[in-house]
Amino acid sequence: MIELDRAGRSFKVKRSLKLEGNLVHAVRDLSFTVAPGEFVGYLGPNGAGKSTTIKMLCGILTPTSGRVRVAGLDPSRKRTTLARRIGVVFGQRTTLWWDLPLRDSFELIRHLYKVDRNVFKTRLDELTETLDLGGFIRTPVRQLSLGQRMRGDLAAALLHAPDVLVLDEPTIGLDVVSKSSIRAFLRRLNTEQGTTVLLTTHDLGDIERLCRRVMLIDHGRLAFDGTLDELMATAPEQSTIEDVVTRLYTGSR
Amino acid sequence: MVSAYFRLAWTWTRAAMAYPASFALMSVLGLIVAGTDVAVILIIFANTTSLAGFSRAETLFLYGTANVAFCLCDMFVSNIDRISQHVKAGTFDTMLIRPVSTWIQMAADRFLPTRIGRVLQAALVLGYSISALDLDSGRLWMIPVMITTGAVIFAALWTLAGAVQFVLTDASEVTNAFTYGSGQLTQYPFAIYGRELVRGVTYGLPLAFVNWQPALYVLDRDDPFGTPGFMRFLGPVAALVLALLAGFAWRLGIRHYRSTGS
Amino acid sequence: MCHAGARFIALRITDRKADNSRLPSADPRAGPGTAGHRAITLRRCKTIPLYALLVRYGFRKHATYVWATVAGAFTNSVFGILRAYILIALWQARPGLAGYDVTQAVTFCFITQACIGPMQLFGTGLTIPERIRSGDIALDLVRPASLQLWSLAEDLGRAAYLFFARGIPPMLLGAALFGIAHPAEPGQWLAFLAGFLAGVIVSFAWRYLVALSVCWLIDDRGVGAFSLVLTTLFSGMLLPLSLFPGILGDLARALPWAAMVQAPTDLYLGKAPVLETLAFQGCWAAVLLAAGALGTRAIRHKVVIQGG
Repeated sequence: MIELDRAGRSFKVKRSLKLEGNLVHAVRDLSFTVAPGEFVGYLGPNGAGKSTTIKMLCGILTPTSGRVRVAGLDPSRKRTTLARRIGVVFGQRTTLWWDLPLRDSFELIRHLYKVDRNVFKTRLDELTETLDLGGFIRTPVRQLSLGQRMRGDLAAALLHAPDVLVLDEPTIGLDVVSKSSIRAFLRRLNTEQGTTVLLTTHDLGDIERLCRRVMLIDHGRLAFDGTLDELMATAPEQSTIEDVVTRLYTGSR
Repeated sequence: MVSAYFRLAWTWTRAAMAYPASFALMSVLGLIVAGTDVAVILIIFANTTSLAGFSRAETLFLYGTANVAFCLCDMFVSNIDRISQHVKAGTFDTMLIRPVSTWIQMAADRFLPTRIGRVLQAALVLGYSISALDLDSGRLWMIPVMITTGAVIFAALWTLAGAVQFVLTDASEVTNAFTYGSGQLTQYPFAIYGRELVRGVTYGLPLAFVNWQPALYVLDRDDPFGTPGFMRFLGPVAALVLALLAGFAWRLGIRHYRSTGS
Repeated sequence: MCHAGARFIALRITDRKADNSRLPSADPRAGPGTAGHRAITLRRCKTIPLYALLVRYGFRKHATYVWATVAGAFTNSVFGILRAYILIALWQARPGLAGYDVTQAVTFCFITQACIGPMQLFGTGLTIPERIRSGDIALDLVRPASLQLWSLAEDLGRAAYLFFARGIPPMLLGAALFGIAHPAEPGQWLAFLAGFLAGVIVSFAWRYLVALSVCWLIDDRGVGAFSLVLTTLFSGMLLPLSLFPGILGDLARALPWAAMVQAPTDLYLGKAPVLETLAFQGCWAAVLLAAGALGTRAIRHKVVIQGG
């Protein structure tokens, strides 16, 4: 479903007035494959290249080297075709229309993604129920609490029934209740509908409760790729997941 | 594409209509704000009967034709102007995850239906000037052609301005000089401008085809700069060339964005 | 009260510009580098140095937006050129109209473009409306310093910066392309600068009132658009007010907006009696500032006492 083959992304950083800028590699030689139906956690310290990877997957950034395929499509060339098959949620930034009621944002998305009216209705009813949107669906997005907004964003990303869902820190800043309701929803989505999910997060609770497979990126390279159990096995027994990840983060430096 | 545009625009319209009083007020105020430009022309002609050889009605005709086109674009396309804000805030990313052209999304971004007041104002002035002038009815066909041409040229200018903003995110006001500056320039008979400037906006940036060249045909007047007569009919060609260029620039801008990130 | 306010603000400023800002010292013993320097300076900071600091702060703050300023100067220049052609055509049709010759008319046009930035003719240029909407204004109002004077000081700083950065370039360009007139003697320069400063103050006083009106209105865009029309038309920015016919002209020349662009420009061209013009500007500045002070009191009452 997601396929990266030696994908790389570098940025030119202009230093003062010097003409030739320094080349900074945000991601280099990154290769991994995510099979349909997998739920993968994508970890890494700040600035490791997580967001860059995500942006390459949804066609916001064009890779400078290597190959990226999502649902068999090259994201940077087939951006609009891919958009219909992928759902994206940015935890730090809403993809909804700030001044419009949630319901209007959904209606717009129905038209932009050309979702059939009846299919849309069933799907929205379903999402309204599972994400408990009923209480604030007519409220403008800017007036929603962070937890409500995130649930709205999730619904918006799923209205067109994408095959892949990419989540960039979806639980950031949420309270315990909101977090657990979103986790429950994501698990159901993955097991019942078979949606492939790629999740970046700093919250290791997300990883423990949701992800069968974990990938860890640091300095733009893959530092670990395996199951959660394998990840735990890299450290002495009785270590918590925090210990394990801390070791990996600091060890790879 | 077109349906996506109107869907977006309609959503914003509904949002604006939620406050009817404010909606009405803004429409009227748009009309008044745009009216200051007419006020300036009227005050000038309160002091003189002719400006560089053109009468009040002729000047208002030029103002009207250019401004109907300009205000239509101001309403339907100028939202592209906000691109540097979206790039700076990182919200442009969210447009790239939608299965719709970024140009359509930007042009419809925060669509303001109240700008219809400005279009109406320009149309009123145009209507008045046509009734005040004794025009040859065989030449009136040119008026819709020139308005369409003008609208395409202004839309292309805004697109170019948007494309440039991908690079000049900190200096987006520069593009105002070209978009709003062009709107200002075409309000008056080109006879008032210097020869070099007129040459530049005829053969370089084709603003002369918004209204000046075709209007000379409608008004049946000689070109004070001696431009050949066939130029009066070249508007659609010039508009098409500029539109293609703008489309190309827009693609370049998006590519630049996707290769630099936010 | 004044004292504490000064201290609070001075602290804020040192926070923001800890490395390169030296506070004016009222105590000769507190030289830079001495141990007690900062503390002593803060305690001795008087009201006047405080506002002087804010002026400087406003100047510096806007000096960081280099490219935006260059872009603004460019746009002002382009519009200056386009408007100059209109006036040239008019003065060719009516030489000596309104007592100006062609060169003076062109000069008028470029001075008006130079006024746009410093006097913020197209908008309020103040953050007060946003802060009222977000409720942050309460924080500004509980400060023991006048919101109005505080804003004025920052505004003057910005105006000074924009005068150089966005005012001078269009003037120079106008001089290069068309040739513009300049005051013959130092006294006339001085009169112009005084008139320009007065114009900036009147413009601030007006914009401050417009900004405060948000507090009582649901939709402030109406007032904004209204102010835009009044300011661009009646300041002389679009056309010299002496061209306005009949009673409209008399009215326009008596309204506060005439103090913004028309008055300083006439002082520059030597077309207006210096003292009378300055007095005219001073009167409007006093009236509008007083209204603003009343508005501040009303808003303080509304926000602080009624709690929004």
